[in-house]
Amino acid sequence: MLEEYLARKYRSETRPKAQDYLIKDKVAIVGIGQTEFSIDSGRSELQMACEAIKAAVDDAGLKMEDIDGIVKFTFDFNDETSLVNALGIPKLKFFGECGWGGGASVPTILHAATAVATGVADYVVCFRALNERSGRRYGYVPGATLTTIATNTHYGMNFPFGFMSPIAWVAMFTQRYMHEYGATSEQLGWVSVVLREHAQKNPNALFYGKPITLKDHQESPMVVDPLRRMDCCVDTDGAVAIIVTSAERAKNLKQKPAYILSVASSTATDGELMTSVYRKKISLLPETWYMGQELFRVAGVTPKDIDVIEFYDAFTPLIPMQLEELGFCNVGEGAAFCEGGKRIRVGGELPINTAGGSLSEAYIHGMNQISEAVRQIRGTSTNQVKNAELVLATSGLGVPTGGLILRR
Amino acid sequence: MAVEYFKGIPLIRPLIDLDNQGFWEAVKNHKLVIQRCKDCGTYVHPPRPCCPNCNSFKKVWAPASGKGEIYSYVNITYEKVGYPGMMCPHAVVLVELEEGTRLITNVVDMKPEDIYIGMPVEVVFEDIAPDLTLYKFKKSKGVKAKKGKR
Repeated sequence: MLEEYLARKYRSETRPKAQDYLIKDKVAIVGIGQTEFSIDSGRSELQMACEAIKAAVDDAGLKMEDIDGIVKFTFDFNDETSLVNALGIPKLKFFGECGWGGGASVPTILHAATAVATGVADYVVCFRALNERSGRRYGYVPGATLTTIATNTHYGMNFPFGFMSPIAWVAMFTQRYMHEYGATSEQLGWVSVVLREHAQKNPNALFYGKPITLKDHQESPMVVDPLRRMDCCVDTDGAVAIIVTSAERAKNLKQKPAYILSVASSTATDGELMTSVYRKKISLLPETWYMGQELFRVAGVTPKDIDVIEFYDAFTPLIPMQLEELGFCNVGEGAAFCEGGKRIRVGGELPINTAGGSLSEAYIHGMNQISEAVRQIRGTSTNQVKNAELVLATSGLGVPTGGLILRR
Repeated sequence: MAVEYFKGIPLIRPLIDLDNQGFWEAVKNHKLVIQRCKDCGTYVHPPRPCCPNCNSFKKVWAPASGKGEIYSYVNITYEKVGYPGMMCPHAVVLVELEEGTRLITNVVDMKPEDIYIGMPVEVVFEDIAPDLTLYKFKKSKGVKAKKGKR
């Protein structure tokens, strides 16, 4: 079961598979669009989705009628019919959804790329729109309206004991991670500080103009021990849309294409929606390791070749854990890698979350990480890494997850 | 110190289905059981239709010793991320049973700051409501209090 993961032995196919030549270099991201990020949009989630999609279509230099595919998050309340009706899209040839909360961000791109590569659709929109701050906050446990029966059998083993919020679930893994590898709250604090620093270069970030110090992090209140308030992402109202098409069509469009070098997704044994506590080892992220093995195999590059990373970062410990699982450092060394912030800030050896990430820019369920990855490839980020050629983005952690490598 | 419940806020019930019914029925009778494969002997928790090791559908509810140790734990200090019916702060612990499976649960006789990874614990049962019994864990006999990491 988990043996191959624990022994770090991947049964990789050496022979190129279909996706190696169908998607690799043959599909590109050609349009990105977003709304402002705020704590109260004052508009419907449907309007937010429409605004982001319209912006992405304009960014790509397309017309709305060119769109013939939509991939949504299962968690998103906007359905395809409402979107095509509002936007006047004549017909869709491809539509579908990706599950597992923020785990869906990169998989939407994988679905879209598959549709484009196989010729099912020409221009596919992936989007996420949510009034998560002014509406239903995912970080909180809903109040008195809560159903008194857990929503599924695996939550039924957790909810009656008060174990029912994402931060509590991640804290359980973090406690074990700290125990096994000696990671400290200060080391996690550096992740928070550096991402906040990056947000100071991004006028769209919710925490623009609000830098923090390590002391601020250490003095921020404990939410679920061992995680503090400044270990958490920022609940946001906002929307992001991304347009995927073939490399061939991309040549004639307005923007410099961000070619997909590799895109992969994975589950792992005994995974649940962030409560995977029954595994032999809970201190790391097996899905991410499996995904990474496939991602780098298809890409034909190694972690050393990556110039910028846009990690999914709902909570600070997820960044060191991903560094370890994706081979950017050894197992157990991720927190030390982030300490002091020198290596992970722009100008360092491996800049992470250049727009501020979910911790400091906005929490659009990982889609803002993908649009920032595209800006880094285009060379248009407000916190640009010089000569960024390969940019990696990931989706939600501790759930079925995905990873994406874009190239110039 | 056990978890305290607020009166008037409905408590969350587990979702009981045909796969995990035997587990929760045993808990109601103050017994802890683990699904065990009749063919290969693998302990399986949470309960599932078949054995993930050999795919056999033959299984029994094997009595658990009720002993184990704390594998990980958290302390919920901010009320909005805990259940409104439970008083904060309170700890949630992950107990690894002697049989090797794990349970998310609460502790009954200790403060959150006294909990540490590796602490030997044993099961107790709490009848919280006429139709809700939960398994919880207390420090095993003979275990001296050891200061946690904070």
